[in-house]
Parts: sequence; structure tokens; C-alpha cells
Amino acid sequence: MIPLTTLAALPLPWPFEREYMQLALAAGLVIGICAPLIGVYLVQQRLSLMGDGIGHLAFAGVAAGLLLEIWPIWTAMLVAIVGALAIEWLRSRGRTTSDLALALWFYGGIAAGVVIASRAGDGGLAIVPYLFGSILTIDRSDVQVIVLLGLAIIGSLALFGRALFAIVVDEESARVAGIPVGAGNALLAVLTAVTVVAAMRVVGVLLIAALMVLPVATGRVVSRSFRGTMAVSAGIGAAAVVLGLAAARQWALAPGGSIVLVAAVVFGITSIVGGRRTAAPVSVIPADRPPGDEHDGHQHHHDHRHDH
Amino acid sequence: MTPPAVLAAHGVSFSYGDETAVERVDLTVAAGEFVALVGPNGSGKSTLLRLLLGLLRPDAGTVEVLGAAPGDLRDRWRVGYVPQRRILDLDVPATVAEVVTSGRTARRGWWRFPGRADREAVDHALEAVALADLRRRPVGALSGGQQQRVLIARALVSEPAVLVLDEPIAGVDRESQRLFRDSLVHLVDHHDSAVLLVSHELGAVAADLDRVVVMKRRVLFDGPPDELASTGVHLGVHADDLPRWLEDLAP
Repeated sequence: MIPLTTLAALPLPWPFEREYMQLALAAGLVIGICAPLIGVYLVQQRLSLMGDGIGHLAFAGVAAGLLLEIWPIWTAMLVAIVGALAIEWLRSRGRTTSDLALALWFYGGIAAGVVIASRAGDGGLAIVPYLFGSILTIDRSDVQVIVLLGLAIIGSLALFGRALFAIVVDEESARVAGIPVGAGNALLAVLTAVTVVAAMRVVGVLLIAALMVLPVATGRVVSRSFRGTMAVSAGIGAAAVVLGLAAARQWALAPGGSIVLVAAVVFGITSIVGGRRTAAPVSVIPADRPPGDEHDGHQHHHDHRHDH
Repeated sequence: MTPPAVLAAHGVSFSYGDETAVERVDLTVAAGEFVALVGPNGSGKSTLLRLLLGLLRPDAGTVEVLGAAPGDLRDRWRVGYVPQRRILDLDVPATVAEVVTSGRTARRGWWRFPGRADREAVDHALEAVALADLRRRPVGALSGGQQQRVLIARALVSEPAVLVLDEPIAGVDRESQRLFRDSLVHLVDHHDSAVLLVSHELGAVAADLDRVVVMKRRVLFDGPPDELASTGVHLGVHADDLPRWLEDLAP
């Protein structure tokens, strides 16, 4: 690995004029863009907490890596992917119908992580950066891995995103049409695991799901199309990284938490402003309904369920 | 010559645990045929559809779709399916055009980008259900009848050889029913596709049906609408009476 002191920083303005901030920015932007892109599909599948659960499992993988003195990224990746596929397998067979079953699975993961880490020497302190993120201590090799994982995520979505869209719109019709629904859902689980592992050093396993969900929640309020939702969500994720890092630098805050707080504030503001705005189109629908649509009272009620 | 059967059930039975839903059902639908499947609630209609589509495996008997067992069928996109709207969550943040385009994914090859043929097919399907003007509208903001037409357009867009619809016009306005009827008749007449329709409300299509199949776990009647009418059931005029009449049927 090349020592950081030998590298020249790019001529970027404050707060990214220093090398360590530029590395943080590069890693953060990859995660800020990729996490919401995966999150758009997870939220639509009602799997918003999937990232959180896999984060807990990845934590056990990190602890195993520290114990075995293997780079924790790889052990976390192995445990997260195996765990994600197991969760998807159980879900597809209707065997995890209760929150309780998933909770046992997830908290088993974090408990295993704590126990394994306690055996890894230094009292388990080495695991703390993975819990809350440590984006400001990230080095070049971390960034390289994160960029490669990000490219794998975006490449997979470019190739399989249309099939995943057909699946999240209507899984049963997609299955009838011959789209490989099982493989698609397994791919989504694996991509979620890869995103979680890539994001561990950026925001930490406890906050990963927030970057998969909050920008998407905002994107769904302001966008009319699926493509637009993906673009807006990724844009907000990237903006949250830039603003969160700037705030962390200015006021010496925890960067992972700052990034997530920016995403949460953006969602809060958007849902208040956007809620008022989206109420309008629903209320004017009858104006362009065809004659006779007044019989359709049931669906009218359904539409209002989604008012914000 | 008899047209080839595109959907066939031979002695099919299926149970949910101890409860028999479908019992020794024989049913065939030929190319170019427009068939309605009717029966009271809980009579096994939707279960039979799911068996025919390969979403469930029969406990006994066999199913053929386009001449093959559902699991062996290649080019599955030739089977169009319109599920019950009320069990589908259309709050997806997507436009009408995006949802309809997703119906071409399997036919095009799920890894490929949509091309000109796909865009033309989407335009055609949207025109068939009179939604071309709303193509950029978020699907969640449409009325129930319009959403139903989106689902029908999504099934039509792959130009299926057989179209299976589960309660597609439940709670839908009259104008949407008329457009729905026109699009199905067009599919049967111009593309020689087969249509199997499960519905309680057959008034809109009563005059266009080739056959009506009445089931209550088993098939109780299978014949042309005129023959059913001779028993006192008039699909077009007394559509609402049909389920009540069926409830009185002996199993």
C-alpha cells in the first residue's frame, strides 16, 4: 500500500482540499449513489429493513475477519452474501412470515459479532469503525475496493435492472411471463449484501439502511417515474455525502451520522412540501376521467391511501 | 379442422390441505376462442387459473399451455396474464408507459434495452386501451378503471397467444369496460389469440363469448352462452344475478 503522505491531493476547494477528505469524498459518493439505487427496489419490495438486517450479519463477518486476521471486508462479504441468500430463500418460501423470525436472525448476527470480536484481542475495539463508519480514516486500497464494488452494482443494475423492475411491479405476472423471478430476487439480495459491505467504512453497519431508504423516500415524493425516482434518489444520496462531510469537517462531527442526518432532513423537508404538492394531482383526477368513472368509488379510496 | 388447444386441463385436482379447491376438472381453450370462467366466490376459479399458468402444481391430472407442460414451456411471454387489481400494489413510483413497457421485458430478453419494436408495441397497446394521452402519468394517480387498463395494456404489449384475466373488470367504470371489451375482441379477431376470462360481470362481453364454463370445484357447465341462457341465466341482462344463481348450484 502506498503511504498517504506520498500522495498529492487534487486541487479541490474546501472542504475537500486535503487528501483524506478527497478519499472520503470518493468512497462516500460511490455509496451515496449506489445505496439508493438498490434501495429503490428494496423499498418497493417492502424490504426496507433488509439492509439493516444484512448489516447486522456483516458485523459478525467483520468480527470473524478480525479474529482470523483476514481483511474484514472479505469475511463480511462472505457472511453478508450467504446470509442475504438465506434470508431470500426463507422469504420466497414464506417461512419468515413474522418480524420475530427476522429479528432473531438479525440480532443473532450482531450478538455473534460482539462475542467473536471479544475474542479477537484489543477488547474488540477494532470493530468500532465498522459499527459507526470511519470514512475519514479510509485509505486508497479501501477506496479501490469500494469503487470496484460500486461499478459491479451499477453494471448489474444496467444489465438486470429492467427485469428487477418487472419483478417489483408484479412478481406473479413476471413469473408467468418467464422472467427468472427467483434468480432476480437472489441477485437483489446479493447486491444488497455487496452494498452493505461497501458502505461499512462509510456510514457503519448501524446506519447503512438509512442511505438505502431515506433518499428513496424523498425520490418517491418528488418523482413521477421509476427512472426519475432512481436519478433523484442517487442525486440526494450524493448530495448528502458532500454536505455531510462538509458539516463534519466544519463542526468536527461524526461524518457517518452527519451524512445520514442530511438525508433525513432532506426527506423531512420534501415530505412536508411535497405532501402538499402531491395532494393536488389526486384531487383533480376526476376532471380528466372518462364519463361514467363515478362508479369507481372503491379505487378512489385506494388512491387517497397514498396521499402524503 | 379443430384449432389447437392453447390451454388444457386434464382431470386436474388441487387441495389446500384438507380443503379441495379443484376436483377432476377438464377444460380446453383453443386458439381464437373467447371463453369465460364463472362461479361463486371460493369455487376454485382463481386456483384453476393458477394451475393453468403453472403457478401451482396439480395434485392430480395434467396441464398443458401451448402444447407443453407449464414448466417445459419456452417463450413463456406468449402467455399474457392480468391479475386481480385488488391484490396488486400499484403504488410503484412509475409512469403508465414504464409499467406497460415492463410487459415486453420477457419477450425482448430481460437483459436487453427496449428498442424501436418495443416502443411501437407500447404505443399500440396504450392506444388499444385509450391511455396514450396518460402515458407519462404516474400509475398510482390513475383511477381504478384506468389502472385496470394499464394492466391489460401490459399483458397485450407482448402480443400473447393466450391471455388469461382474473376478475379484470371488478369495480371498473362502464367506459373502461367498453374499451376492455374492444381490446379483447381485437386480440381474438385479429391475432387469433385465445382469451380465458374469470369474471362475475360478463355483461360487457356477453355477446362476444364463444363459451361459458361454470364451475364450483368441478365443471358444472361448458358450452355456448345461448345454451346457458336457455336455463334462465342471461349473462348480458342479469349479470348481477349470476353469482346468486350459482350459489344455489349443487356441488
